[in-house]
Amino acid sequence: MNEFVKPVVDYFELLPLLIVSGVACLGVVIEAFAPRRMRYLAQVVLALAGLSVALVVVVLIARDAKVYADGAARGILSVGGTIAVDGPTLFLWGLILVLALAGVLLFAERHLGGGVSAFAGQAAALPGTEAEREASTSGLDHTEVYPLLMFAVFGMLLFPSANDLLTMFVGLEVLSLPLYLLCGLARRRRLLSQEAALKYFLLGAFSSGFFLYGVALVYGYAGSMNFAAINEAVRNDAGNSALLLIGIGLISVGLFFKVGAAPFHAWTPDVYQGAPTPVTAFMAAATKVAAFGAILRLFYVAFGSDRWSWQPMMWVIAILTMLVGAILAITQTDVKRLLAYSSVAHTGFILTGVLGIQATSDLAPGEVTALQAVLFYLATYGFATLGAFAVVGLVRDSGGEVTALDRWAGLGKESPVVAGVFAFFLLAMAGIPLTSGFVGKLAVFSVALAAGAWPVVAVAIIASIIAAFLYIRVIKAMYFDDPIGDGPTVVFPSVLTATTIALGAAVTLMLGVLPGPLLDLAGLAGQFLR
Amino acid sequence: MSDLPVLSILIAIPLVGAIVTAFLPAHLARLAGLVFAGLTLAWGAIAAVTSYSLDGGMQLTETHAWIEALGVHYALGVDGLGLLMVLLTAVLVPVVLVASWHEADELGNSGSRTFVAWVLALEAMSLAVFSATDVFLFYVVFEATLIPAYFLIGGFGRIGRGRAATKFLIYQLAGGLIMLGSVIGLYVVSANSGNPSFLLSDLAALDIDPITQRWLFVGFFIAFAIKAPMFPVHTWLADTTEKATTGTSVLLVCVLDKIGTFGMLRFCLGLLPDASQWATPVVVVLALISIVYGALVAIGQDDLLRLIGLTSLSHFGFIVLGIFVFSSQGLSGSILYMVNHGIGTAALFLAAGYLVRRRGTASIRLMGGGMEKVAPVLAGAFLISALAAAGLPGLSPFVSEMLVIIAAFDHAWWAGAIAVTAIVLAAIYALWMYQRAMTGPGAVDLVDAHTDAQPVTVGAAGGTGSGSHPAVPGVGTGSRSAVPTTSMRDLDAREVGTLAPLLLALVLLGFFPMPLLDVINPHVADLMSDVGVSDAEPQVSGSHSSQGDTDE
Repeated sequence: MNEFVKPVVDYFELLPLLIVSGVACLGVVIEAFAPRRMRYLAQVVLALAGLSVALVVVVLIARDAKVYADGAARGILSVGGTIAVDGPTLFLWGLILVLALAGVLLFAERHLGGGVSAFAGQAAALPGTEAEREASTSGLDHTEVYPLLMFAVFGMLLFPSANDLLTMFVGLEVLSLPLYLLCGLARRRRLLSQEAALKYFLLGAFSSGFFLYGVALVYGYAGSMNFAAINEAVRNDAGNSALLLIGIGLISVGLFFKVGAAPFHAWTPDVYQGAPTPVTAFMAAATKVAAFGAILRLFYVAFGSDRWSWQPMMWVIAILTMLVGAILAITQTDVKRLLAYSSVAHTGFILTGVLGIQATSDLAPGEVTALQAVLFYLATYGFATLGAFAVVGLVRDSGGEVTALDRWAGLGKESPVVAGVFAFFLLAMAGIPLTSGFVGKLAVFSVALAAGAWPVVAVAIIASIIAAFLYIRVIKAMYFDDPIGDGPTVVFPSVLTATTIALGAAVTLMLGVLPGPLLDLAGLAGQFLR
Repeated sequence: MSDLPVLSILIAIPLVGAIVTAFLPAHLARLAGLVFAGLTLAWGAIAAVTSYSLDGGMQLTETHAWIEALGVHYALGVDGLGLLMVLLTAVLVPVVLVASWHEADELGNSGSRTFVAWVLALEAMSLAVFSATDVFLFYVVFEATLIPAYFLIGGFGRIGRGRAATKFLIYQLAGGLIMLGSVIGLYVVSANSGNPSFLLSDLAALDIDPITQRWLFVGFFIAFAIKAPMFPVHTWLADTTEKATTGTSVLLVCVLDKIGTFGMLRFCLGLLPDASQWATPVVVVLALISIVYGALVAIGQDDLLRLIGLTSLSHFGFIVLGIFVFSSQGLSGSILYMVNHGIGTAALFLAAGYLVRRRGTASIRLMGGGMEKVAPVLAGAFLISALAAAGLPGLSPFVSEMLVIIAAFDHAWWAGAIAVTAIVLAAIYALWMYQRAMTGPGAVDLVDAHTDAQPVTVGAAGGTGSGSHPAVPGVGTGSRSAVPTTSMRDLDAREVGTLAPLLLALVLLGFFPMPLLDVINPHVADLMSDVGVSDAEPQVSGSHSSQGDTDE
């Protein structure tokens, strides 16, 4: 080791990170000092403003980004090469920020619950006690959720931009911890929610341990945490390859846990079901985007030269994930659990794209690259999922949200618009043409097939058929089945949720009909900067 | 006219119509829907007459880049096959709308406005399928047809329609997703050759290695076999036609199912000729099984609408057989068959639908015959349509069936021999169906028919053994009992108006199929040269082919 060199910090390029973390800290301060009745408005406005400014900055950075080698890559490595602000990072940042904006809108929704938010009045009050009743009658509201959300967003921004194993771990933890907490804050069915939070936390902490152990092993192999240096070591076959392989395996466990890939998916249905629906919507969409960004960078940059070692593993995981997600989804009777298993299946589809990496020399000019396909898929998936969960929040009865599937029967008559929008999101997830899901599926399948992974694509098609059955079952229940009893009622949302749903539906439709611009943007992002 | 995007306009008219009617009040919606369907037909007819030349090849083409990142184009064009299918669609939709004038209100809970809007949406998507010349675009609209079809089946029809609609959609989606594998495969092959594209013209120029070609073929063929439908993936068909309204059935069987055989011609033969020849033995056997099995099962049906649905299985077997024997007679016969089957089966479905509405049941056993006397026009129309399905000479399906059978004999004597048996079987199901449903003394008092129908029907069926026929459960509108024969009305002017053009076409094209063949033959010549086969096997071609083409 040489003497310490002060790293160069490119403040402009890191501005989105700084803004979001700054807003999060500011939110904590507001929570401490502002009077209670002002907090809700202050927090919502602050969060929205912070995210919007960050989004604008991302666009500005992307416009001025330095271009290498005829547009093959763009951006810079900052803070001594630990954070890469390159094309894919900027794409993912933009996507995460938009999803987070929509998430804030969902968090802020108070109309659906009859004037209160979806979060517990006082999380510290035990369920069923006098203290809880007091908290709910006096109309308490947990506005801490906004700073928590902003911290999670900060972690999500850091995670895919990390170009260094330690930075990646920091990102992973910063995004996870607030989410564990948010999951336990549901206003209704609090025990279920707290159980979900505990389960998520325990399993998450466990998987972080795996991740960290893997980091240590890879460091032992390469002598560096930096992705470029690891890549160099891998290419030169510099050390004990057992260390490397075990290290890759252990790191993968941590990352696959975050994206919910089988066999590390077990938390997904419980957490998605138990968490407050706005949290589920945000988490399902944004966490997956961030975690896949990290997976892409880690495997393409750090372990890119050793892809013969990890591609077979990815094949197995992808196949397993798709089948498990699709098959187990069929047996579900709860809409949120069903969407959770469907998100597991989608993880498998995205992995199908991830394993479709090819050497640049094998690609025809104009052919879709694996990175481009996965980035596009993440966008389609994020908006469809966000929208679908937002719709779930609308269907209610006197006891809160109704998520039992048989109670959704007859929704098509009760509210044709809501049922239609939900059906549209389901069709998008099923990959029906003219929705974004179809183009996404086509893109990831074609890169996988081009990389010779035809068995994975074959399984993906089988899984798609199984999953299609599932989505159609829900659509049939909504339109053609007779309601049980009075049937569900649809609460007309305020402009906040309505905006989110409209955004999700509009993006899903637009990316289905005219996916060109976003595909081009994902292509323009170029390769990862090494 | 040549500068206009003729096909785009043709697709846009019903699409706009669907959107407009969806927002109109119910009583206006039907009329507006009919106007839009009529406009589509008029535009299609004008385009066919003025802009289409009989030289063959793709015509009326339009090509615009759509998704450049994937090499996807919005590309339209029709050849002889496409033109006929487009026109068939444009003709049948207004007929269906008129035929379903009141039915949608009675059998559905969403009202006729929704019905009309979905029908027009289905028409637009079907027209796009038949004119797409980009595989991606084809796939998109191929799948998009399912959405209106799903809601037409599930929203309107008899009890149990939701289940039937789901079954239909699952089958079709499964086929579609399997085809997606092949569509992506084609893209990857084109990318590997250096020019990623979905355009048919680019893909046809590719040199695909035999093994890949076979895999791609299997993907396409399974999808089209489900669509067509063929044995053993036909099981959605009868359930669907039983539960849906007859108007929907017409659109499904006569228009949508044609996409299956259309796709076989366009993609299997057009893009993967070597693999198509490789698969011929299997496909021919499956087609023969479909022909015979479909007819046999049809004979055993008690539900009139199931029966008619299953006859189509037999007919599609003929079409597929004609396609895969690789001779110009077979191909001409098949394409002609696609048109004739569309017309004939539409007429049969509509006539059966009128009968079922009058009877209040679709069960032949419960109907009890006797319609001939009180409703002679209905009975006559039904008879002509049934005979057309059976391939009676003088009616147009005969010509095409003959061509296909001759081609089958050319291909292998056993194939022809097995196919010929279907003529006998078809006569049995057609005539026996007519006899049981229409003739006989008539059911004098069938008010309690659902409890004790046996004696009456045995008498009506004249000892053909229907009395011992096992009762088929789930008979249509189970709660309504059959209506006494004496109170039946004959067809009214609206109903006659829907059947008359179809029956007229059956007779005219039966005696004079040349206009159709003029459109078909250049296309068949193109196809034959694509596949790289020629006729002229001297020992069989001479006398037979000349007879087949001219005797009518």
